Amino acid sequence: MHEMSITQSVVDAIVSRLGDAEVRSVRLEIGRLSGVVPDSVRFCFDVVCAGTSLQGAELEIDEPPGRAACRDCGAEFGIDDPILLCACGSANVEVLAGRQLRIKSVEVV
Amino acid sequence: MCATCGCSDDAAVHSHADDHSHAEGSHTVVLEQDVLAKNDHLAGHNRSRLRDLGVFAVNLMSSPGAGKTTLLEQTVHALGASVPLAVVEGDQETLLDADRIKASGAPVVQINTGAGCHLDATMLSRALDTLAPARGSVLFVENVGNLVCPALFDLGEAARVVIMSVTEGPGKPLKYPHMFASTDLVLLNKVDLLPYVSFSVPEFLHDLRHVNPDARVVEISATRGDGLDEWYGWLRRRPDRG
Ligand SMILES: Nc1nc2c(ncn2[C@@H]2O[C@H](COP(=O)(O)OP(=O)(O)OP(=O)(O)O)[C@@H](O)[C@H]2O)c(=O)[nH]1
Ligand SMILES: [Zn+2]
Ligand SMILES: [Zn+2]
Ligand SMILES: [Zn+2]
Ligand SMILES: [Zn+2]
Repeated sequence: MHEMSITQSVVDAIVSRLGDAEVRSVRLEIGRLSGVVPDSVRFCFDVVCAGTSLQGAELEIDEPPGRAACRDCGAEFGIDDPILLCACGSANVEVLAGRQLRIKSVEVV
Repeated sequence: MCATCGCSDDAAVHSHADDHSHAEGSHTVVLEQDVLAKNDHLAGHNRSRLRDLGVFAVNLMSSPGAGKTTLLEQTVHALGASVPLAVVEGDQETLLDADRIKASGAPVVQINTGAGCHLDATMLSRALDTLAPARGSVLFVENVGNLVCPALFDLGEAARVVIMSVTEGPGKPLKYPHMFASTDLVLLNKVDLLPYVSFSVPEFLHDLRHVNPDARVVEISATRGDGLDEWYGWLRRRPDRG
């Protein structure tokens, strides 16, 4: 389960940016096409935060939807899973959004 | 200078949080930082280090038991005399695969990931320190057997290869789209077993195209030898993902 190491990277990144400032909440963006399961991150978060300046912090996760463009017919459309198939039948599709995995902001005391 | 790796690169990972907005008793710090930024940054270091050495690094991924180690043993036997080869073995616990590769005659280092289900760029960097692959060699990185997690972590490799065996059943590209989407080459292994299992190669290719229109596919049998010349040809050409 890579969500454990993803969550560890989140906490490490925040601690290295903010030192020991007490963190009250963390806002993440986990795109629907990122391959990371938000519920698993929530599950790991408390465990990983224990004993750090993030202990007890709240976690908010935005899940922006995916968007793609067809290289054959030019159509742009929303996608919720990484099966890249345009309505025209082409799988020659470029993902425009939805893969992001970002720490947006944190609230510190 | 970068505290993580000592480089002078001032990428997002190294910048400071100075974008503050204040509320009562607490304030919000905008970070806008990629979660995998540190891994990707270190992967970049691995990539330039490997490029400077003229080493072609292949990240080899599959489910457990698809045939990665068997293929590497065959490859070492076939090419070891003419191309310098080296292997990094990622395994959760044992030394079994590393011992098999050592027996076949290539330099190998083992990375035990413990509970970890994938290799990351830091692990490869440490492995490179120990292994010191010869100039101009082909470096195989046998990732942990798992079709989910390794896909997310850039190691600094030049190319990705997924091995999928015909005994794994249909629908794998659709069930594990990230893995199949990120690969340059798919080796469809164990084709010697096609008469005994229900597996349709055309259906597999059709599913694969839905997640990856560009990946090359070679049908192989690592034990019987089918398709291996085409695999060796691909390795000799070193098609770098760029
Ligand atoms: N019939 C047949 N069996 C194969 C072939 N390739 C590998 N095998 C067998 O499949 C089993 C697993 O092979 P390995 O090479 O150990 O697979 P692996 O991907 O390295 O496995 P892990 O490291 O555990 O993920 C062994 O019993 C191999 O002999 C093939 O082309 N045909
Ligand atoms: Zn995992
Ligand atoms: Zn289209
Ligand atoms: Zn650096
Ligand atoms: Zn193996």
